[in-house]
Amino acid sequence: MLRYTLRRLLGAIPTLLLVIVLAFLLVHAAPGGPFDDQRVLPAEIEANIAAAYHLDEPLHQQFLRYLGGVVRGDFGPSYSYRDYTVSELIGRSFPISLQLGVLAILLATTIGVMTGIVAALRQNSPLDKVVMGFAMTGISIPVFVIAPVLVLFFAVKLQWLPASWTGSQGSSRLLLPVVSLALPQIAYVARLTRASLIDVLSSDFIRTARAQGLGTATIIRYHALKPAMLPVLSYMGPAVAAVLTGSVVVEEIFGIPGLGQLFVRGSLNRDYTLVLGVVVFYASLIVALNLIVDLLYGAIDPRIRRR
Amino acid sequence: MSTLAKAVAHMRSSKTVMMSGGTLCAIALVALIGPWVSPNDYMTTDFDRLLHSPTFNSMSLFGTDDLGRDLFVRTMLGVQVTLVVAIVASVVSLVIGVLYGATAGYVGGRVDAVMMRFVDTLYAMPFIFFVILLLVVFEQNFLLIFVAIGAVNWLDMARIVRGQTLSLREREFVDAARLIGVSTPRIIIRHIAPNLLGVVIVYVTLTIPQAILIESFLSFLGLGIQEPQTSLGNLVSGGVLQIENASWMLLIPATLLAVILLCFNFLGDGMRDVFDARRSR
Amino acid sequence: MSLLEINGLSIRYADIDVVSGLSFAVDTSESVGLVGESGSGKTQTALAILGLLPRTATVSGSITLDGQEIVGADDGAMNALRAERVGIVFQDPMQALNPYIPIGDQLRRILIQHGIANGSDADQRVMHMLHRVGLPDPARQFRAYAHQLSGGMRQRAMIASALVASPDLLIADEPTTALDVTVQAQILDLLERIRDDTALLLITHDLAIVAGHCERMLVLQDGKLIEEGKTRKLFSAPVAAHTRAMIEAAPRVDTAASPQPVGGEPLLDIDNVSVSFQERGRQLQLHAVQDIDLELRAGETVAVVGESVSGKSTLARSVVGLISMRTGRVVFCGKDIEGPVQSRAIETRRDLQLVFQDPAGSLDPQMRVERIVAEPLAVHAPDLDAEARKARVVSMLERVGLSDEFMPRFPHELSGGQAQRIAIARALIVNPKVLVCDEAVAALDGSVRRQILALLRKEQQQTGLAIIFISHDLAVVRSISHRVLVVYLGRLVELADCEHMFIQPRHPYTRALLDAVPVPDPLAPGGRLSVKGEVPSILEPPSGCAFHPRCGFVHARCKTELPRPRTVGGTRVACHRAEEI
Repeated sequence: MLRYTLRRLLGAIPTLLLVIVLAFLLVHAAPGGPFDDQRVLPAEIEANIAAAYHLDEPLHQQFLRYLGGVVRGDFGPSYSYRDYTVSELIGRSFPISLQLGVLAILLATTIGVMTGIVAALRQNSPLDKVVMGFAMTGISIPVFVIAPVLVLFFAVKLQWLPASWTGSQGSSRLLLPVVSLALPQIAYVARLTRASLIDVLSSDFIRTARAQGLGTATIIRYHALKPAMLPVLSYMGPAVAAVLTGSVVVEEIFGIPGLGQLFVRGSLNRDYTLVLGVVVFYASLIVALNLIVDLLYGAIDPRIRRR
Repeated sequence: MSTLAKAVAHMRSSKTVMMSGGTLCAIALVALIGPWVSPNDYMTTDFDRLLHSPTFNSMSLFGTDDLGRDLFVRTMLGVQVTLVVAIVASVVSLVIGVLYGATAGYVGGRVDAVMMRFVDTLYAMPFIFFVILLLVVFEQNFLLIFVAIGAVNWLDMARIVRGQTLSLREREFVDAARLIGVSTPRIIIRHIAPNLLGVVIVYVTLTIPQAILIESFLSFLGLGIQEPQTSLGNLVSGGVLQIENASWMLLIPATLLAVILLCFNFLGDGMRDVFDARRSR
Repeated sequence: MSLLEINGLSIRYADIDVVSGLSFAVDTSESVGLVGESGSGKTQTALAILGLLPRTATVSGSITLDGQEIVGADDGAMNALRAERVGIVFQDPMQALNPYIPIGDQLRRILIQHGIANGSDADQRVMHMLHRVGLPDPARQFRAYAHQLSGGMRQRAMIASALVASPDLLIADEPTTALDVTVQAQILDLLERIRDDTALLLITHDLAIVAGHCERMLVLQDGKLIEEGKTRKLFSAPVAAHTRAMIEAAPRVDTAASPQPVGGEPLLDIDNVSVSFQERGRQLQLHAVQDIDLELRAGETVAVVGESVSGKSTLARSVVGLISMRTGRVVFCGKDIEGPVQSRAIETRRDLQLVFQDPAGSLDPQMRVERIVAEPLAVHAPDLDAEARKARVVSMLERVGLSDEFMPRFPHELSGGQAQRIAIARALIVNPKVLVCDEAVAALDGSVRRQILALLRKEQQQTGLAIIFISHDLAVVRSISHRVLVVYLGRLVELADCEHMFIQPRHPYTRALLDAVPVPDPLAPGGRLSVKGEVPSILEPPSGCAFHPRCGFVHARCKTELPRPRTVGGTRVACHRAEEI
């Protein structure tokens, strides 16, 4: 198990590096520099600014400098928010996004898995069909449609919940954004769990378990659940990525000062270090998460550990 | 090719496939004919008739938007653009994905390992952010949108095709063909490709909604299709801004988008059942 | 009243009856064999007794176990019966055991669920059971996962799980079909020793197994009971025509008459061939085949016999070029052939053909039969026009015993036997000189198997076709081969004229194999437990003679020195003590 862990860890590093390289190149391939839309400055001052931000160095040197900074947790200064470094900005906005994201994923896994199990056990019953119909709808409606529609009904028409983040307090303002983010994931996890459990329940070793006189609850708990959860586990990586993506939109709509909003602002302002920093940060999160998922997978499926 | 005829017959028998396919065709048809038939066009602003709610006569079926433009025509146009972009982008990612996946799967060994490592790495990346970055950095242009969508979508197809090719390669009928003396290109064309068809069709039907989602997402953020052209994503975005005054501006394109996506997803599911059932018999 | 009573059992799916009007009984501690070809309803019956049929099945009639009615019983009632009153061993332990949970835990769960034992008491009982079924290191196997055990050990674990709650009836559904013949003998022997007074219902397609292990037997065909009675009586005086046909069709390793050897120049000369694989990234080399010598003459059938991991299939595939050889020469019709099949001359490829084990898998599922059989013509006779091609396909189909109504069919519309005939037709349509059959009849039922073998024999007599027949089934081999090559862990062990080998085997392994093969004769059933242990891992072969850990004639020399093949009394054999055996 230890060897497997080490191998996975070593594999994650090149991935991360590749991401950083790509993002870096992309940002620096942009025509024009970060200060272009500001006032035209005399050449000397421009040169000074360029030197101060190390923009006059050759590209690979800039990259290594950047990489060194990243390893230390320093993503450089923000070009648009002059008095802040990128790390500070990320540090301020990430906790809010984290809160939303974690709640959304928790909701997705708990409700999704339970619903999926119930639907699988009552396969082809009316309950199953209704639940799966809802699930299908859930995955078909994009986050940026769900969020405004929920706002329309619950905030504007019914006035039960706040439509904007900053104008309100407490946990009621969490509800709509988290639900918007979570809904498509709940739907997907439910479908996935159902399909996976049905598949596992039809395998030969479950037939053996039944032949051994084990009851349904025992079979599910001891024999079926572990293998059935494997696809759901594998989905956690893409799920987090989807929630991250969705957060960009949700934070815009609700005016939440999170990382997604920071990214969008940064992009529109051509604040390259900020944008690069957010991308690298997100990528590290996803790579770390995939690593954890891989390890958990190895813990559940003993056959994988050999490799 | 009677395998095709058989497949078509199976598709006809699946209620899901017929209904979702039918709905999509209906929507596409209306989207094509609507703007032709309507007396309005999508660009003309009319400041006398701002934010009129829908009236059910031919003058203003869906009402007008905040610039007085006829919403019906704009929505239909939005549907056209959304569908076209999605299908073209899907075809692009289909071609790339199939070529990549089939090569990796058939050649196998080192080459396959390296190629799939690359795919796995891309999978790990928060792609949307790269795409947004791309679009911001290089200024929006129509071609770039296709590239962006294609770049995200081909991964799934490549993985599926590679998996299928790998398992086909191990199947003995491929060995048998080699033994008989059939040349490698012929094996790929005569034996491998036709057996890939089923899987590819199913997945194309599933990549189209993904492409629609990406395009609408980008348009929603203002990075996709630009004014005065419009897509459903744009329309939803505009609708969000007017959410308190003119809720129909949000609801109509939102519902249409949801229905289109739903139909494609049902269609994909139905297709998957059709092709799986055929194979296992 | 009998332990198990079945009365008028019928099982129906939609409008198909898989079992109809079945009635029989099993008494306490009796051993009863349930025989039939595939599709005869044997497994369905077993599942019905355990209440494990899918919901789509309609069951009518009566099954009583110890007086309790099973048909229509609810899950709660059934769960009380399962494991405690009736246990079952399935065919493929790799699929039947849960791969995600250690073996010991799976067994323990049974004891806990049925309230038989808990905690450390349960552990003790499980360990005791694992020991009783002959697992060499119960503590270790307790914690092991299914994939870490060998095939034989897995099946022992399966048996342990079926017996751990001391049921009154044990059902074994084809328990040895997936195992090597020497391991099969061990497992059948185990079942006999361990069951004490638990009754045994042994389900199999193999009459020979029933002959040696069941007091009574029942013959099923198409879901109906054809005949039943004491095993000895049924074999000596079968009443039903089907029973008689089955008994006659069963190949016998003890009395089949094999063809006389042929002379002439060798068509194919395999000279010191070795094949090795390197696991990707690892240091280990897998020596699948080592230093094999073999000659093949026109009109001759040479069988290559061995158990799993013997390298017989690898040898076949490397000769035809699907796998590349590592060292050695293969001379075919005077020409050196080597390298992958794509690089060989077109005539070589035409004259050397292969038929695979899995009939359906070797046919492209989206091609029709006509195209499948015609494909070799497109490569080797491209000048033929469509008419001529079609005519040749039709005549070829006739030769293999199929009418032209099969032309437009797809592979999934064919039965196993029909599909294999198509595969043979495809191989023979270009009139090759050598045909390699890689377990070509292993997946087929008795009567179909006989027909395919007859077909091959006919082709051989009419065209002088030479055949390399790869098989693990010695009984089949005896009836059709002129000479036999026995392989163990990739090496030549014995090469002899067929009759010679069966009457006087010179290698201990050959002897063990022959002793282990069951014979369909209740008075002399064979199938004896002849050797302990299983075939070792090919990655860690024993030193010296690979067979020495299991050999009854082992000497000190055998452990250190690899025996080279030498000629002893007309046989080539690789054993230090060949003369004494």
